[in-house]
Amino acid sequence: MTKEEIIRPENLVCGKPTLMNDAPMHYCPGCSHGVVHKIIAEVIEEMQMEEKTVGICPVGCAVFAYRYLDVDWQEAAHGRAPAVATAIKRLWPDRLVFTYQGDGDLACIGACETIHALNRGEKITVIFINNAIYGMTGGQMAPTTLVGMKTATCPYGRDVNLHGYPLNMTDLAVNLEGTAYVTRQSVHTVAAIRKAKRAIRKAFENSINGIGSNMVEIVSTCSAGWKTSPVKANKWMEENMFKYYHLGDLKDVGKLKD
Amino acid sequence: MNDEYVLMKGNEAIAHAAIRCGCDGYFGYPITPQSEVLETLSLLKPWETTGMVVLQAESEVAAINMLYGGGGSGKRVMTSSSSPGVALMQEGFSYMAACEIPALIVNVQRGGPGLGTIQPGQCDYYQATIGGGNGDYNVIVLAPNSVQEMADFVDEAFKLAFRYRMPAMILSDGVIGQMMERVKLPEQKPRRTEEEIYAECPWATNGINLKNRKPNFHSSLESDPLLMDKRNEALQAKYAKVKECETRAESVSCEDAEYLLVGFGSMSRIAEEAMHLLRNEGYKVGLFRPITLWPFPERELREAAKNAKGIMVCEMNAGQMINDVRLAVSCQIPCDHYGRMGGIVPDPVEVVEAMKQTTLKR
Repeated sequence: MTKEEIIRPENLVCGKPTLMNDAPMHYCPGCSHGVVHKIIAEVIEEMQMEEKTVGICPVGCAVFAYRYLDVDWQEAAHGRAPAVATAIKRLWPDRLVFTYQGDGDLACIGACETIHALNRGEKITVIFINNAIYGMTGGQMAPTTLVGMKTATCPYGRDVNLHGYPLNMTDLAVNLEGTAYVTRQSVHTVAAIRKAKRAIRKAFENSINGIGSNMVEIVSTCSAGWKTSPVKANKWMEENMFKYYHLGDLKDVGKLKD
Repeated sequence: MNDEYVLMKGNEAIAHAAIRCGCDGYFGYPITPQSEVLETLSLLKPWETTGMVVLQAESEVAAINMLYGGGGSGKRVMTSSSSPGVALMQEGFSYMAACEIPALIVNVQRGGPGLGTIQPGQCDYYQATIGGGNGDYNVIVLAPNSVQEMADFVDEAFKLAFRYRMPAMILSDGVIGQMMERVKLPEQKPRRTEEEIYAECPWATNGINLKNRKPNFHSSLESDPLLMDKRNEALQAKYAKVKECETRAESVSCEDAEYLLVGFGSMSRIAEEAMHLLRNEGYKVGLFRPITLWPFPERELREAAKNAKGIMVCEMNAGQMINDVRLAVSCQIPCDHYGRMGGIVPDPVEVVEAMKQTTLKR
């Protein structure tokens, strides 16, 4: 059977969301970003929010997210996506406004903007890709790097006496009164992808319905940064990341306190 | 036409003018000597009348990035701050200039460097005109010298910012911000509708009509050096056009002037008084006031200085605008400087004395 015979329309069991274009992604093999992009595109399409969506991409590996998803995007300065999103949502209250940020962007340089936007209860969704490393700059220590984990700037492993402790931003977000829905997901299996998609849909619906701020963490792999194969990266994530970053819904209130 | 005069502070006039000119959003962080802008807006509650958004941001860094978002989506958005706060915003200036995003930033300057003083200063001239952020970029800078101009320049700055798709700044100082004068406020204009925004800003990121157009995005990142070079060339071509078309200045008694006083903002008011004192003593002195600091009104200055034997530049800083004055006259006319720092507002008599000791001897 030739490739052309295989990819006939009648053989398709699932399609690419139309919001996703054909631009070749710059992400490394085994990276979680592509999957998360796809489920975001699917949810926007299913909600029919194409003409009412503005995405804010970060500085980091997802800096080019606007190249792959055909909605309007702004690329924020490093860490400032929640501030950018705050203004757009307040000025266009019926829009679906979401940020897409990595751990360096969200938990380190942008920790202030993240906490304040969430705590004000901005009607936005923050999508947080946590792979415990700086991918784009070549594998340096992130605020979420696990204790003992080796990176280019902690080559002997993260040492709490030297580098401090991993920062669990999503657990922190649970305690902010402005957040309505806070969840931690992953996309390493088909079942996990389905759960993550449901979580994003719920967060987006909350944002549209004006129910607080919403945060979806996706515990992710970075096989290039972790210097391992995609399959081993998934295994390493399950064995190490999930122990520290527990999966599941952490907070779900239908309505914020007055 | 609105004929009614009211008495208010320059900072209050900024707030009233913002609402009246159809501003969509203000995002700011408190800092002396400009906190009255956010305070006045909070008291006036424009979100209940025109629908204007007013938000106290968590920092100046957040505020300027809120402008990046709001301006990028096609809305008329502004912030105000004072020197140390504006220093924090410089990254945002650079990003907005790079992405060609319009917005208004008001800097009610105080003395520096560092935390400096809460008293007036003009020491952010360099930061405003040659950029505190990274990269080759400019922002339009308007320097008011009265409470009336604080009110008038809000709409003017928005018009320029949207015409050229770049940030515009009102570079004021603690004197103009805090002093009370009579002012005629602009007429109330409606905020633009979605349709009007789409017509004016087809580049904006707000989703409107996405199915019939390519997606819009704002990004300053360009990995291909050839493309980055082209983007820079386009920016520079735009700046050349702004320099050609948008210089503004005021000349007072320059026709027969043998000596010229040059000052901007509050210092121009002091220099004007010094000019009158010197004219009373028989010296032929004129006053030249740049209103746009970038683009600097070079042609207008050359015209005003055509018979001048000497120029005295007065600033509340160590000598910053003097370099633009020297460049404008190609160093063909001797330029002296009188400046006070640290928040001291000089007396016109000090300027007269400085003139007698230096410029008038030339």
